[in-house]
Amino acid sequence: MRAVLARRNPVAKVAAALVFTVALVTTLDPVPPAVAIAIELALVPLFGVGYRTLARRAWPLLVSAAGVAVTMVLFAAERTGDTVFQAGPVEVTTSVLNGALGLALRVIAIALPGVLVFASTDPTDLADALVQNVRAPYRFAIGALAAFRLVPLLGQEWQLLRLARRARGVDAGRNPFAAARIFVSTAFGLLVGAIRRGTRLAVAMDARGFDRGGPRSRARTQRFGTADAALVAGAVVLSVAALWTGFAT
Amino acid sequence: MIRAKGFGWRHAGRKAWAVRGLDLRVERGERVLLLGASGAGKSTLLAALAGLLAADSGEREGTVEVDGRVGIVFQDPETQIVMARAGDDVAFGLENHAVPPAAIWSRVDGALARVGFPYGRDRSTAALSGGEQQRLALAGALALRPDVLLLDEPTANLDPAGAGLVRGALREALDPGTTTVLVEHRVAEALPLVDRVVVLEPGGGVRADGPPDEIFATQGDRLVAEGVWVPGRPVEPRHACAPPGEALLTAEKATIRDRLAAVDLLVREGESLAILGPNGSGKSTLALLLGGLLKPDGGRIAATAALAGPDAATPPHRWRAPALARRIGSVFQDPEHQFVTSTVYDELALGPRRTGMPDGAVRSTVDGLLSRLRLDRLAAANPYTLSGGEARRLSVATALAAAPALLVLDEPTFGQDRRTWVELVDLLAGLRDEGRGIVTVTHDPDFVAALADRTVHLRANQETL
Amino acid sequence: MNNNRWRTVDVVVAAVLGVAFGVIFWAWGLLWDGPANAIPLPGRALIYGIWLVPAVLGPLVIRKPGAGIFTEFVAATVSTFFGSPWGLVTLLYGLFQGVAGEFAFAATGYRSWRLPTAIVGGALAGGAATLLDVINYYPDTSAAWKWAYAALLVLSSAVIAGVGGWLLTRALAQTGVLDRFPAGRERVPV
Repeated sequence: MRAVLARRNPVAKVAAALVFTVALVTTLDPVPPAVAIAIELALVPLFGVGYRTLARRAWPLLVSAAGVAVTMVLFAAERTGDTVFQAGPVEVTTSVLNGALGLALRVIAIALPGVLVFASTDPTDLADALVQNVRAPYRFAIGALAAFRLVPLLGQEWQLLRLARRARGVDAGRNPFAAARIFVSTAFGLLVGAIRRGTRLAVAMDARGFDRGGPRSRARTQRFGTADAALVAGAVVLSVAALWTGFAT
Repeated sequence: MIRAKGFGWRHAGRKAWAVRGLDLRVERGERVLLLGASGAGKSTLLAALAGLLAADSGEREGTVEVDGRVGIVFQDPETQIVMARAGDDVAFGLENHAVPPAAIWSRVDGALARVGFPYGRDRSTAALSGGEQQRLALAGALALRPDVLLLDEPTANLDPAGAGLVRGALREALDPGTTTVLVEHRVAEALPLVDRVVVLEPGGGVRADGPPDEIFATQGDRLVAEGVWVPGRPVEPRHACAPPGEALLTAEKATIRDRLAAVDLLVREGESLAILGPNGSGKSTLALLLGGLLKPDGGRIAATAALAGPDAATPPHRWRAPALARRIGSVFQDPEHQFVTSTVYDELALGPRRTGMPDGAVRSTVDGLLSRLRLDRLAAANPYTLSGGEARRLSVATALAAAPALLVLDEPTFGQDRRTWVELVDLLAGLRDEGRGIVTVTHDPDFVAALADRTVHLRANQETL
Repeated sequence: MNNNRWRTVDVVVAAVLGVAFGVIFWAWGLLWDGPANAIPLPGRALIYGIWLVPAVLGPLVIRKPGAGIFTEFVAATVSTFFGSPWGLVTLLYGLFQGVAGEFAFAATGYRSWRLPTAIVGGALAGGAATLLDVINYYPDTSAAWKWAYAALLVLSSAVIAGVGGWLLTRALAQTGVLDRFPAGRERVPV
């Protein structure tokens, strides 16, 4: 049995995550994103995602958040409040630190819901729900889904293309420009192969009536039920609550 | 029933017609094998019969008519599967044809059973072998209950075991009412499935048409010259006349986690070594290891002084790329993986230039290779525009350009017609007789019979199964 | 025939281009990212344009309305499923950048596929990325800083995504893989 929130309609999950994202963009106070992160972390098991998986996927977020905080400390326009310390020309005040902290937390709080949703959603279910529940165009949703199947294949292809360049006597050593050139040549090889595959795949799909027009039927059904509506409503309530903690403090 | 009258098709961007002046009539229930040289327009004809030649993708002449519904299976398994789960994939065509949802799943199950698909509907299509994927593609075509089934080299991209699976599924699944048109280079394997053979003349309609025995009696020699594998015409073996020379490379308990179990082997000058083994035994991984392209997780790959001189002390995967290319040439399964420039000439000149050859010597090396591999006419062509056989010859030539003492090839004969096949075997035999070491990873029993002086069998790697 | 209708090959190849770029971005991340990512200026901003290549390449190859949005959005979706740590934010970026780049081609009525249009498309996509970055990551920085950041990003996007995307389309056409597209028909028949 899949975890209770993982089982929800994919569109509902995306909508809920979007609610959180949009709500948090409106504030720079550190408290609401901190509350939001706490809520998100508490919900992790309900999505059937392990904390270890989450940590493995999301650690670069911490790096990014740190980078954002450093930029703020160095380049913030407004420097009110007490001076905490002075480093050369940079005067670091309480307001700067507060702002940097708020921003770093916000980067994390905004990203986490999306990570949870995508870690717990099957691409086929998402495409079905997009078509059936929000009337996304069928050919684009299924075309993208079919292309998705090529991801692991193209990943392997990338490795082979790299090795083939070495076999041809082409390597970069420590020269970053040579490395960039090889990267471009590898990417080009990947694109040529990808377009070839895409063209063949399109023909195979047409051979099975993908573009025949007229009515279609559905082999699988995605329902948007009360529980799914409740998930979105819950996201609204929780994000408002998180924002409110900002005003309250 | 199928009727073509004066049919012709020229692909956009091409000067030559792929098919022209074709008249053909196939009655209901007939099973036709379509033969012809590479480029004779067999695939184009099938696409026309399946209604897949879009008006904006070329120019049309004459007419093609097909009564009833058409299903088609193509060569490449990877680009026929649309969905992530096997059952969903079979259902894809049924959804497009608006089959009522209540009927979809019983038809899916029926089609999967008909092709002997060994797993359930939820099986991930990414986890299937090539042969299983082709069976699934066949199920996807059969689920639509076609009156005409078109098969465009459905086993050409498969190893012998996978090809056997697909042919078995075809034998079981074809019912007497289904008209079938099959394109296949390997005639012997296709014959049990057909009762009529049609030979296409490149750019000029039908050259011969009749029962298989009659066609091969009258057309056999010409078909062989055009690259068709006609039954009962073996290839002359090309084994070494001289004993092998010095050792070039050794593998000692070389292994890569989850991909290759420990291997010991020795590669020698003037010897052709074939590496065999089932899917998943790590043959391609071993080729990459021997090519100095991967670092072994355990054990070691060591070059001898005969191959690497003073560098023999360092393992090949740590050599700089130009030094590697001078000593070991690698030929990848897909020739296009190796292309890095925009003309055939530059492609061949790249290796010698990287290894520091002077300009004059580069030019004579390249010209020599161009004529040796019949690529002179194509010197200015973009490598990606070459045909399958030409691309294969170019990929071998690029590996030879830096004059390595050892050549490692991964499935070089895969999907090649008989003509390119014979050329490759002759070329490799010649290189071997010049004293180079040749290592070939292959599934191809004919290739092993013709060229291998020694074979190494890998076992299925338990961890990957 | 309706020239703006998407054929199956348009839909699938646009999607596959997006998927290929998802893979390329992943490889790019392996090569260049890491801790250097934490320092936003100036090196990272100069190579920023690579994220916007699909927004220009899609329209140049497919030549249909919406190609930039679709290609860039699929690339972003692949990055997300691949485990992008930014989750939904990546999708929003993809959508915004795709829409912005699309304006350049829409402004010509989907008739011009030449270099200047591609450069404007790249620059607009870069502008959208700047806007999102400033709102999302750098809201409290000084105006001068914001303008410097914007200038670098737009320049980088115009060059890498605009000029680069145009060159890439030409090189792809030479290989023959675009023969089913108008972009490939400009090649001399062989």
